Amino acid sequence: MDYSAIFSYMYTEIALAGVIVAVLLYDLIAGERGRRYFQTFVCLLMLFFVAGTVYPYHGGTADVFGGMYQYTPVAGIVKSILAIGTLIVFLQSDAWLSREDTRFKRGEFYVLTLSTLLGMDFMVSAGHFMMFFIGMELASVPMACLVAFDKYKGNSAEAGAKFILSALFASGLMLYGISFFYGTAGTLYFEDMAAKIDGSPLQILSLVFFFTGLGFKLSLVPFHLWTADTYQGAPTSVTSYLSVVSKAAAAFILTVIFVKVFPSVSDYWQLMLYIVIVLSITVANVFAIRQKNLKRFMAFSSISQAGYIMLGVICGTPYGMTSLIFYLLVYMAANLAAFGVISTVEQHSGGKTGIEDYNGLYRTNPKLAVIMTLALFSLAGIPPFAGFFSKFFIFAAAFEQGFHVLVFIALINTVISLYYYLLIVKAMFITPNENPVPAFRSDRGTRLSLLLCLAGIIALGIVSSVFDGIGLYSFGM
Amino acid sequence: MVHMEYYLIVSTIMMFVGIYGFLTRRNLLAMLISVELILNSVDINFVVFNRFLFPEQLEGFFFSLFAIGISAAETAVAIAIIINIYRNMRNIQVKNLNRMKW
Repeated sequence: MDYSAIFSYMYTEIALAGVIVAVLLYDLIAGERGRRYFQTFVCLLMLFFVAGTVYPYHGGTADVFGGMYQYTPVAGIVKSILAIGTLIVFLQSDAWLSREDTRFKRGEFYVLTLSTLLGMDFMVSAGHFMMFFIGMELASVPMACLVAFDKYKGNSAEAGAKFILSALFASGLMLYGISFFYGTAGTLYFEDMAAKIDGSPLQILSLVFFFTGLGFKLSLVPFHLWTADTYQGAPTSVTSYLSVVSKAAAAFILTVIFVKVFPSVSDYWQLMLYIVIVLSITVANVFAIRQKNLKRFMAFSSISQAGYIMLGVICGTPYGMTSLIFYLLVYMAANLAAFGVISTVEQHSGGKTGIEDYNGLYRTNPKLAVIMTLALFSLAGIPPFAGFFSKFFIFAAAFEQGFHVLVFIALINTVISLYYYLLIVKAMFITPNENPVPAFRSDRGTRLSLLLCLAGIIALGIVSSVFDGIGLYSFGM
Repeated sequence: MVHMEYYLIVSTIMMFVGIYGFLTRRNLLAMLISVELILNSVDINFVVFNRFLFPEQLEGFFFSLFAIGISAAETAVAIAIIINIYRNMRNIQVKNLNRMKW
């Protein structure tokens, strides 16, 4: 067997496994004093990792392990987006990790997070349902540990239990669907299976089961009930990771599977997605308006954003794929900025995450308030920021495929979402407050990450070469 | 020889018993056991399809092996979290997991 193909095409996964081993060893040998520089060490490693893998080395696609693992340039782009998101989360997490009760388990946080990232990388370039399933579970089992990371807080444990039980249930349903695909098609390779999908009732049923499992990962509406509780109970850094990185990977692989394996039953999955998109966007908007806790609020906001992301999946065209990836990138910048602010305010105010606690934030912490405002504007899609362009591209892609009514419903919901995003802005700038969160200076990592996100929010939309660059690679999907 | 349909009847019953149990049980461990029923019904499906329909390849057997391994890992994590809940709240009834809702 020729091993050189493994090293030349699976370089992202191999490098990431190396990073994980290095972090584990550092945790073992660094000692009490060395661990103070844990964040610097991990962030530098991740920086090298991102710098080394950000550019896809090969122009074409290739199969490794007989097609189990498929290298595509566009998957390489998605992996580097995921890695950058992880790096930003690491930059934000130090204030929380150096707290008294979590200080001794910093290493665990980094190793678990990197393991989920490794799982997502395998999932993103899977070419076989077994590879896809293993990647997905490698992403979701450590994720449950991360959600329940604050051992002495009841909320964190409750969130972890809700997450792991729903995850198990969803993956059980998904496997049941996959087992019937196997029974009717006789193979589980994406490429061989496409020819065997003929739209028999059993296959449609298993398509529904399969979609349920991924819909849970993406927290689309009929499967979203775990989202708000998990987001609220989990530590804030974990919430931001969960809302951005894990969602991005699942959205991408869902598109790949639908386009590669199920083109012959596209009527069925487009109908399914249609219903789910309308429900996700609308229901999440209605629930977001009545939230009192900012983390819960962001949970519903991310559910409705997932609905918009699905607009890129429903197209099934290279243009839809490009706008999907661009949307994920922009959403990552905006959402990580918002969660960065939430996290640093929580750490410096003794755990305040209610929306009323943000009243009058502008008077005491003007910079944080402005960054939060810009992030929310980008999430809502107000013109000069990147969020407007990403929404525009994804709506245009869906409109081109003839989903006129769907785009119209999404547009109406964008206006509703503007209302509730502005509620937060109003709380920070206008609502008076006797004792607002006192002025504080956040740590270096958080400031750096917020600057990066801010640059992303402002620049990604204006620098058109980003969108074109992604478009160059997403030709073959 | 036993026909394939009988195996599939067993696995389907296991699947839906699992779903019913997951939705009605009020104890976290009982819910976990119900989910295990679902995962085991999937394993039966894979093995039966492989044995009866595609005996020349081993894809289904391997998938069920991996599925068993992964579900064991998931169960371990779930039980660890349930123990943690027991330490925090002194019982594992679902009705006590109500600090966060809506």
